[in-house]
Amino acid sequence: MSGGLFDDLRDLYQEVILDHGRKPRNFKRLDDADRTARGDNPMCGDRMELFVKLAPDGHIEDAAFQGRGCAISMASASLMTDTVKGKTQAQARLMGENFRALAMTGVCPECGGEIADDMERLAPLSGVHDFPSRVKCATLAWHTLNAALDGGAKEASSE
Amino acid sequence: MDGPIAPWLNLDAVRADFPILSEKVRGKPFTFLDSGASAQKPRQVIGAMVRMMETAYANVHRGAYHMSEQATEAYELSRVAVATFLNAGDSREIIFTGSSTNAINLVAHSYGRGVMQPGQAVVISEMEHHANIVPWQMARDAHGLELRVCRITDSGELDLDDLAAKLADGRVGLVAVTHMSNVLGTVTPAAQIARMAHEAGAKVLFDGSQAAVHRRVDVREIDADFYVFTGHKLYGPTGIGVLYAKGALQEVMPPFLGGGDMISEVSFERSVWAPYPAKFEAGTPPIIEAIGLHAAIDYVNAIGMPAIEAHERALVDRAMARLPQIEGVTLLGRAQDRGGVFAFALDTAHAHDVATLLDRAGIAVRSGRHCAEPLHERFGVESTCRASFGLYTTPAEVDLLADALHQAREFFR
Ligand SMILES: Cc1ncc(COP(=O)(O)O)c(C=O)c1O
Repeated sequence: MSGGLFDDLRDLYQEVILDHGRKPRNFKRLDDADRTARGDNPMCGDRMELFVKLAPDGHIEDAAFQGRGCAISMASASLMTDTVKGKTQAQARLMGENFRALAMTGVCPECGGEIADDMERLAPLSGVHDFPSRVKCATLAWHTLNAALDGGAKEASSE
Repeated sequence: MDGPIAPWLNLDAVRADFPILSEKVRGKPFTFLDSGASAQKPRQVIGAMVRMMETAYANVHRGAYHMSEQATEAYELSRVAVATFLNAGDSREIIFTGSSTNAINLVAHSYGRGVMQPGQAVVISEMEHHANIVPWQMARDAHGLELRVCRITDSGELDLDDLAAKLADGRVGLVAVTHMSNVLGTVTPAAQIARMAHEAGAKVLFDGSQAAVHRRVDVREIDADFYVFTGHKLYGPTGIGVLYAKGALQEVMPPFLGGGDMISEVSFERSVWAPYPAKFEAGTPPIIEAIGLHAAIDYVNAIGMPAIEAHERALVDRAMARLPQIEGVTLLGRAQDRGGVFAFALDTAHAHDVATLLDRAGIAVRSGRHCAEPLHERFGVESTCRASFGLYTTPAEVDLLADALHQAREFFR
């Protein structure tokens, strides 16, 4: 057989994704995390634990994760933890909302403005919209981030 | 079609019976290797169900008019066909349910909670489908039963020494184990398990959801007390399952669900249960589905279980010759007695990524944990892909899978 059987899948598995999937960034436990949450796709076997460290003013100072899962879920968590660092919680949630739209539809009408550069970094994952059963792999990290940010709402510092 | 095809099974003719097999997936032939999750349906089944709805449909057991009598007769004939299929001695030993899951839940309620005493134990195994785990956990928690889990060996076979140990104290009321694993393909030695259970004073239930599709099942020969299977994996419709239960057991079991058809007398003070199996078939049953199941059994019988078994053996041999040869592929389980179900992991990629790639080649496999999470834990793997064969699977499809897996590994390197 020729080598090209899966060539058209390079849209989904772009080099960035394969790279982040193989060598996820921020792949560690944060012992001094202020917020943590677990994300689980029981059907797929994707599992992750997310750690968020908040600065005194409430913005995300550091983010990291550990877990196991497919290339898409690992790459998404890797890219997410990279991009939300230094953002306010509100910005991170807005990015998450727009990322879910991007993953489901492949386009993101609201991705301009102050988050434009960050959304650009997440764009390689937009290919999942062609694979309905894989969308949740890409969005798991963002759901987990929301859960982490919600989890400590009572102690949430100023936003 | 190249490769060794069992001469006794006309594969081209069989495939022509399944309309969906001529569908294309992204321009490629549809290579369906997920029959273990649910099998495709032949025209004969589809036709029988449509014919029933177009010409002979009414509710059963309820109308003193022609159509209802006809529907009732067809429904009861399906029961007879199932009894013959399992070689049950009496068609009243066949209870129609909604699925295997429903059937096991029925036993867990009516026998587990209704007949067994708190303090008695149920033995399951490490390779059960969730359908044969969770109902027993629920019965344990509600009724004070003990749940024991029989180990399996590293090759994926039931550890019979451990079964003997689990049975030794005589407190086991029921052994409930699979007759064929939906992940490892392992076929369990049912007759021997039943003998061991009976010698220890326990009853035995076999989850035949996979086995009944691949092997001739004789409930009297193996001496099963309960035997369960599900219509949609046997080339029949969804929404119908079968519980074989010995008459003497049905006699002492209280009903599971209450409603119409399961009573012989109802007043506001009390109800009198109908004789079995009606006692266990509350409400309007899956009538059209029973007709479809009958057609599926007729279809399988017309091809013949020996031919189906031989065809599958050829596919298993082919898969065993090809899959372990692919670098980076690990097969789960190496049972001696096995059917056409293969779970595997690839070293460079997660099961989901592999499944997405295979889908591009038109190949449908399942990925994840296949409703057997504890089993994956037992083998220390997060998830696997699973290829499972049906009577329409060709040796060329097995080759296609092997070639695609090889390329998938390269893709992710
Ligand atoms: C071994 C086994 N048991 C039980 C089941 C449950 O069957 P159903 O979903 O039709 O109830 C399945 C299939 O899903 C199975 O493979």
